Amino acid sequence: MSAKVDITFTVNGAVKQVSVPANMSALDMLRDQLDLKGAKEACGEGECGACTIIIDDTSVCSCLMYAADCDGRTIETIEGVQTEDGLDPIQQAFVEHGAVQCGYCTPGMVMQAKHMLNKNPNPTEGEIQRGLEGNVCRCTGYRKIIDAVAEVARS
Amino acid sequence: MSTIENYLAPSSIDDAAAALAAGSATIVAGGTDLMLQAGSGQKEYAPTLINIQKITEMRGVSLDGDTIRIGALTTITDLLTDEIIAEHLPVMATMADKFASDQIRNAGTVGGNICNASPAGDGIVPLLMYKAEAVLASKPNGSTETRKVPLDEFFTGPGKSVIQENELLIGVDIAVPPAGFVGGFGKFGPRPALEIAMAAVGLGGVVKDGVISDVRVAFGAVAPTPIRSAETEAALEGKKLDETTISAAGEIASSSISPITDIRASDWYRRHLIRVMTEEILNDVS
Repeated sequence: MSAKVDITFTVNGAVKQVSVPANMSALDMLRDQLDLKGAKEACGEGECGACTIIIDDTSVCSCLMYAADCDGRTIETIEGVQTEDGLDPIQQAFVEHGAVQCGYCTPGMVMQAKHMLNKNPNPTEGEIQRGLEGNVCRCTGYRKIIDAVAEVARS
Repeated sequence: MSTIENYLAPSSIDDAAAALAAGSATIVAGGTDLMLQAGSGQKEYAPTLINIQKITEMRGVSLDGDTIRIGALTTITDLLTDEIIAEHLPVMATMADKFASDQIRNAGTVGGNICNASPAGDGIVPLLMYKAEAVLASKPNGSTETRKVPLDEFFTGPGKSVIQENELLIGVDIAVPPAGFVGGFGKFGPRPALEIAMAAVGLGGVVKDGVISDVRVAFGAVAPTPIRSAETEAALEGKKLDETTISAAGEIASSSISPITDIRASDWYRRHLIRVMTEEILNDVS
């Protein structure tokens, strides 16, 4: 059993204190210790983007990040995207465009789209494709996902 | 799987060097390679895991006189937007644009890419082209010392380098390239994103009146380590960049290497890619 590390960080606006094994990934901590099961593990190798979270305003694959490295940082997961007013505009556009098929890639797609639009509010279609190139949809519903993100950028 | 007995997150180079002097340790920065390799059993953790991400003095690009320092914790994403990189080392930004995906570029660091010592490490190829030197810190006798190792003497095999157990890579130093220096980076894989290169080329030199000099050529994924190609450099040095020179350089580039055949590409295909990308970059800069 690896050494435990006590960490304090902010997730979706709430301060959390947890004790994590030094070798644990941020994804396993979110899912197993904080019961935030929105971020998914698919490849576990950084190839698919299903585990994408936003940390200190930048998107990362949480499966390749050490949980201990979350100490002192600010994390946003898919669970924090929806507000009291309803779905985030990106989520709403995914619904309206039918951009969700099996749904497994959707949390990662939404988080990466959110990060991309924060950096570049008016992307071209090519820039949307580049921005989402680290996210795999095995239902291959890319057309509708790209259309959904493009609509958010337009509105 | 090996267990981690001790976790440290120092906030200065001095503290990290002291921790390394105290005993065997594994260093983690972005984690994108280490998490994978430790998870698959390819790499074992030392008893102490040192997370160096809090050492803010190791992140970013700075210019001191004629020397550019790229801090080891500079992320690949940082290279895309940094003004010093854009002005003096634009091929580093070209490389960053072809590196993995946004999520990996946001986490992965220049220092991690070097220390992972992959034969196909994208970042290493343009660094070799720019004659970068690794800056290593250690604390052998109670005070922190640094030494510099030219990057073309740094790698000793796949995943291996001259870095000692008590040393920390704090950055790379690069002399500001001479006026008129132009270069390029080429990488090939089945798709643009998230590919481990089948082959990569970094090539640059000073082009004046159609003649190239001060030529530097580096290849990735065609040898046990990323390499500089002295033969290709010699074939180009002082030559007029016409069709004959470019074609001859492509031929020498492809015959000077001994790549392996593996799941990504055959020996023949890697030689072909090296020839094509070498000629493409030369056509671009001529």
